[in-house]
Amino acid sequence: MSNADGLDDIVKEFLVESYEGLDQLDQDLVILEHSYSDQQLLARIFRSVHTVKGTCGFLGFSKLESVTHVGENLLAKLRDGELGVPGPELTTGLLTLVDAIRQMLGFIETTGAEGDMDYSEVVAELTRLLEPNEAVIVTNVPVVAATKKKRARKASRPVGELLVEAGRADAADVSAALQEQRGGRPDPLGAILVDRAAVDSAAVHDALETQQEARGGGLSDSNIRVDVGLLDKLMTLVGELVLVRNQILQHANSTQQPTLNAASQRLNLLTTELQEGVMKTRMQPIGNIWSKLPRVVRDLARQCDKQIRLEMEGSETELDKTIIEAIKDPLTHIVRNAADHGVETPAERKAAGKATEGRLLLRAFHEGGQVNIEISDDGRGLNPERLRQKAVEKGLVTAEQASKMSDRESLNLVFAAGFSTAPKVTNISGRGVGMDVVKTNIERIGGVVDVQSNLGAGTTLKIKIPLTLAIIPALVVTTCESRYAIPQVNLVELVRRDSRDGGPGVEMIHGAPVYRLRGNLLPLVFLRTAFDAAAPDSTMDESFNIVVLQADGRTFGLVVDEINDTEEIVVKPLSKHLQGVPIFSGATIMGDGRVALILDTLGLAKRANVISEAAKEHGISEAHAATGNPTTDRQTLLICGTGDERRVAIPLSSVARLEKFERRQLELSGSAEVVQYRDQILPLLDLSSLLGLGCTSSQETLSVVVYGTPGNCIGLVVDRILDIVEERVSLEAASTREGVLGSAVVQQRVTDILDIAAIVENAAPWLFQTSTLSEAA
Amino acid sequence: MATTQQYCTFTLDGLLVGIEVSRVQEIIRYQVTTPVPLAHPVVRGLINLRGQIVTALDLRQRLGLPERQPDALPTNVVVLTADGAVSFLVDEIGDVVEVDESTFETPPETLRGVARQLIVGAHKLDASLLMVLDAERAANLREVA
Repeated sequence: MSNADGLDDIVKEFLVESYEGLDQLDQDLVILEHSYSDQQLLARIFRSVHTVKGTCGFLGFSKLESVTHVGENLLAKLRDGELGVPGPELTTGLLTLVDAIRQMLGFIETTGAEGDMDYSEVVAELTRLLEPNEAVIVTNVPVVAATKKKRARKASRPVGELLVEAGRADAADVSAALQEQRGGRPDPLGAILVDRAAVDSAAVHDALETQQEARGGGLSDSNIRVDVGLLDKLMTLVGELVLVRNQILQHANSTQQPTLNAASQRLNLLTTELQEGVMKTRMQPIGNIWSKLPRVVRDLARQCDKQIRLEMEGSETELDKTIIEAIKDPLTHIVRNAADHGVETPAERKAAGKATEGRLLLRAFHEGGQVNIEISDDGRGLNPERLRQKAVEKGLVTAEQASKMSDRESLNLVFAAGFSTAPKVTNISGRGVGMDVVKTNIERIGGVVDVQSNLGAGTTLKIKIPLTLAIIPALVVTTCESRYAIPQVNLVELVRRDSRDGGPGVEMIHGAPVYRLRGNLLPLVFLRTAFDAAAPDSTMDESFNIVVLQADGRTFGLVVDEINDTEEIVVKPLSKHLQGVPIFSGATIMGDGRVALILDTLGLAKRANVISEAAKEHGISEAHAATGNPTTDRQTLLICGTGDERRVAIPLSSVARLEKFERRQLELSGSAEVVQYRDQILPLLDLSSLLGLGCTSSQETLSVVVYGTPGNCIGLVVDRILDIVEERVSLEAASTREGVLGSAVVQQRVTDILDIAAIVENAAPWLFQTSTLSEAA
Repeated sequence: MATTQQYCTFTLDGLLVGIEVSRVQEIIRYQVTTPVPLAHPVVRGLINLRGQIVTALDLRQRLGLPERQPDALPTNVVVLTADGAVSFLVDEIGDVVEVDESTFETPPETLRGVARQLIVGAHKLDASLLMVLDAERAANLREVA
């Protein structure tokens, strides 16, 4: 049981609301940096902070209250135009405040208390910013005043005006009532008017509602917060209802009862509508995850001394919640990549004859039942020639293969595992961790990703993903008297080979069955034998059905006993007991109420060695072909070696970068080892000694895992970086050792899963507070 | 004051086994199961429990007991575990019995193998012994290997 269960409902609600508020704050603050005179925006920021402050004071979180209080003071001054034009310094200060609040909320969530971090520096910095910047005040004030007036007028018109406009009240009555109010009567205008019998109360009520809507307050009345678990349950029930409907429809069609037929028709319509409605409840605008990106881009741009403008189009495009979750990390990664490597420095841009400010455009739109997301920058673009060279250098393709590659194929090399995208000496790009994982993640949810680039003009990444994962069209096949569903996305075509057709049928290439399909050899996989190592039955010369499937760019034929029908199926996850079985991605309930398994094309192809062999042929490492299986609790882990033979795993999500430094690059600051990294000082910690395993061997090249946010990071020295794997991690033994979450079997080896946050917090508590400030100062 | 405990009992190859009543979600008669190729041998298949897909584990197999007669249909005991609902396939369902804690004894050292990990102990009933099963462990197949 987690601690959060022990929290009061009030505190829980406070946390949920505050987190939402903070996400909005991040976004607003970045916008504010550019449009400081937007009073509406400022007011919203002020309100968010004020709400947090007010509530936490009420709940007795005094530390949180005191920190937010300073922030509120600062915002109040800003709102009143006393601080003049807020520079990036101010924004950074405010963002630090947001981070501090978020951290404290995190403590409250996990422990119930505010934690014992010291925020005095944040407070000091904010207090310092409180000093007004005299020089700019004068020019600023009129603008502020003007916007204020305009806004006030638009937002809330008086009730009297609205009543007269609606023809519900006489102008004379209203002015008389106003006189009375000014004369000292405390009642609201509406009440006075009703008293005077000038209007009926319904009219006043309507007018108040109109007023409320204009203020934007009406929105909260039409929305309620619903637990996701409840929605999921509704979804399951509706799924069941759909099944029952199918059964009833089947039954009704076979009987001659007009009333039953009519009723089942209506049931059919209603169920379809209900299903659509429930599906909609799970839809979320993609803007929900985009909202974090302005902050990411701003921080990166500031750190790399670049100017980047982030534009977003179509943030209202809706996607299923599970898909939103699944693309969150890949998307952030792509945007970081684009900001980091795509967009050039202002100087370079100027030299290339471009505007100094780089542009990063996010677009999302619906097309053909799918969601398209495009991330484009107007940066330096990718050089296909350079990519080919690099791929040959890295041994990903042979020189001969490279020479045959089209430019388009070359661009897709960036998705190959172990491919570093930045041709820079400083190894800034990390080690090609990202893009192959991005591709894998997107493909796992049935999406495709493609890259287009014009050298010197920019790069565009196009992602296509399905709207929802919960209900998918699938082909139902039968083998060994069991039915299996094959997701339609993987399906290419169906081939029926009839023994009367003549022709060769199944042929063997040294034991590997193939079939001639329109002149090309199609590798065959027998579903029967894929399940069981037993020899294939002698279907060789008989008639059989081939389901032609595609997985990770390879096509193969799956031989099944019978092909039934296509159906819309409701995907349900498999229990933990079955997650070790690679060839099933889920289960579904068929029309007759029986359970059928969903085949995982990718897993099947891997099991039958279709992919690994093909991949070897093409020289791309196997790690590239994902062990894809659309379940949610998989983690991408970075596997490192420390000490002699120990393997530790760090969740890749907490890794900022992987770097290599020469030992001679090390310098000393105090007693700590540091290294110069991206114009900053990166403190290094030795993971082996932190875990109490003695010191690292004195290798010449240090492998470093960078943890933290840009400008606020720390390097963990490991002996070796071994691999990046995607696995379902089941912690076997929870650990009592500090910094270790527990052990798990990863790649058939016992691996310690590290709690990297705890390690860094222990070893370098200052990391969480200071550096963003020092950067601003 | 003696404390008592309630167990949902069932038989497995003639043995009387019990699971704490609070852990048992429901008991349903034999359901058609969908076999899962390549899965752990203990996994008998999947059943549809009102729209929820539940994995059925054969307790005989889990405890290393001989296979059930092919014509004997097992009963599903649906148990709530940390990983969600799991159905245990048992021979026949018995009563819910209330036993006094004083009748409990930990298993003898001579109990070996998988059973040692899964059987917490036994209650001495008048007619027989009631073996207490650790449902959480029985449902966790990762430790089997």
